[in-house]
Amino acid sequence: MQATASENNVLIAIKSISKSFAGRKVLENIDLAITRGRIVTLIGPNGAGKTTLVRIVLGLLQPDGGEIQRQAALRIGYMPQKIQLESTMPLSVFRFLQLSGCRDESLVEASLDLLRILHLKQRQLVDVSGGELQRVLLARALMPSPDLLVLDEPAQGVDLAGQAELYELISEISNSRGCGVLMISHDLHLVMSATDEVICLNQHICCHGKPEHVSNDPAYLDLFGTRASQNIAVYTHHHNHEHDLTGKVTHSHDD
Amino acid sequence: MIDSLLQLFTTDFVLYALAAGLSLALVAGPLGSFIVWRRMSYFGDTLAHSALLGIAIGLLTNSNPQLSIIVSCLFFAVILTLLERRPGVSTDTLLGILAHSSLALGVVVLALSDSIRVNLEAYLFGALLTISSVDLLWIIAVAVFVSIVLYRFWNEILSATVHAELAAIEGVNVRRLNLILVLLIALVISVSMKVVGVLLITSLLIIPPAAARGLAQSPEQMAMKASAIGSISIVFGLVAAFYLDVPVGPAIVVAASAIFLLLHFYPGSQKS
Repeated sequence: MQATASENNVLIAIKSISKSFAGRKVLENIDLAITRGRIVTLIGPNGAGKTTLVRIVLGLLQPDGGEIQRQAALRIGYMPQKIQLESTMPLSVFRFLQLSGCRDESLVEASLDLLRILHLKQRQLVDVSGGELQRVLLARALMPSPDLLVLDEPAQGVDLAGQAELYELISEISNSRGCGVLMISHDLHLVMSATDEVICLNQHICCHGKPEHVSNDPAYLDLFGTRASQNIAVYTHHHNHEHDLTGKVTHSHDD
Repeated sequence: MIDSLLQLFTTDFVLYALAAGLSLALVAGPLGSFIVWRRMSYFGDTLAHSALLGIAIGLLTNSNPQLSIIVSCLFFAVILTLLERRPGVSTDTLLGILAHSSLALGVVVLALSDSIRVNLEAYLFGALLTISSVDLLWIIAVAVFVSIVLYRFWNEILSATVHAELAAIEGVNVRRLNLILVLLIALVISVSMKVVGVLLITSLLIIPPAAARGLAQSPEQMAMKASAIGSISIVFGLVAAFYLDVPVGPAIVVAASAIFLLLHFYPGSQKS
C-alpha cells in the first residue's frame, strides 16, 4: 500500500537523461524522482552539473536524451541562487512577492509570516541583509503554493546559526505543506538533518541514499575528502571508480 | 509676464508643441524607467540613431516619412534583439558600431539626395515648434497605444526585469515580453524625433526616471514621477525657447538635466 501511495506522489521523475554543452558532457545517465513531502539534496563539487540538472527539472533546459515525467499541472516554486538587485529600481519586499502574479495581500503576508519576516514587508529589497534576503526569496518561492520547491543553495550567505534555522524551516514547510523539495547544497553536513535523500552528483550520480549512508560512501569521500566527514564514523565498502580534478572518472575497478 | 505666458500657451503651434511634448513625456516615464532598470540606454541610442537612416530611406523611396521612420526603427529593434542573443558578440561594441554607422549612413544618404532640401538640424535636435497636426496625431496615437500595452503587461514585464528566470518559471513568456518592450521603445523613439531629435531622444527617456529614483518607493511611483518630471521639462523647455530664443529640443533636455541635478543633490532627497 505504501508503494502505491508513493507512486501517486511522484511529482517529477527523470529517467536516464544526459546533457552536453558544446560537446562537453555535463550530465550523464541521471535518474531522479521527487515525491511529495520528501526532501532531496543534490551535492557535488563546482561544475558537477547541479545547476544544469535543476534547470532541466524546472523546464528551463531540455535534456539531450532521456525522459521526464511531470505530474499534471505541477506547480513549482523556485528560489534562485542569487538575485541581481537593481539599485535603480525601488522595490519593497511586499511588491517583490506580488511580482509572482499574486495580488492577494493576505497570501503574501502568510508567506512572509511563515518565514518570520513579516516585519520586513515594507522594507526596500536593497536594504535587507543577506540572511533576510534568502528568506525573502524563499517566501517568493512559496507564492504559487508549489507542489515542488526547487532551492538553489538556499543558505548561501547566511551565518551558521541562521543556516540551521533555515534548513529547519524548509523541512517544516515540506511537512506542513506536503510539498516535495529539491535543493542544491555544497555541504552535506549542514543539510543532513533536513534531508531525506542525498544525491551526490559529479556529471553522473556517484552515490545516493540517506544522508548518513552517503556521507560514508567512498564515492562521496573521494569527492569531498575524508575531512568533510571526520566527525562521522567511516566504514569501508565498495569503491568502483575515482575522479580526477575535472571530475572525469579516471579508472574503474571491480574488486 | 503672466499675460505673455498666457498668450504663448494659447497660440496654435505652441499648443500643438505642448500637446505633443506632454503626450511623449507621459509614456516616456514608464518606458524610460524600464530602459534605466534594464540598462538599455545604449540600445535606445542605437535605435534613435538608426531612425535617421529611416528618414533617408523614406525620402529616397518617396514614402510617408513618419511611416518609414517607424518601420525602420521596428526593423532595427528586431535585428538588435536577434543579434543580442548571439553568444560571443559583445553587445556593447555591436551597438556602438550600429549606432554610429547608421547615423553616418543616414547623413550621407540625405546629403546625396540633393533634389530634396532637408533640414538636418531639425532631425538631429528636434523641431517641436514646427509640428503639424498630422505629426501630433501620430504622437498621440502612439502614446495611447504604448500606454495601453504597457498597462496590460506591466506586472509581467516588471517581473521579467527583476529576475527573468524566476518570471519564466512562474509562467511569464519572457522572450515575448522582451520583444514587446523593445518594439514599444522603437515606436516611441520613432515618433519623438520631431520633439527632441535623434541625438537627444534617449535623454528624454532616461533623465526623468533617473531624477525620479530618489523620490520613489515603488516601481510604479518611479514611473509616474518620471512622467511628471518629463512634463515639467517640456513646459520649461518651451518657455525657455521663447524667452531666450534657444532651440526647443536641447532646452527640454537641459531642463530635465537641471531637475535631475537638483533632486540628486537636494539634501535628504536621495537615500545613501
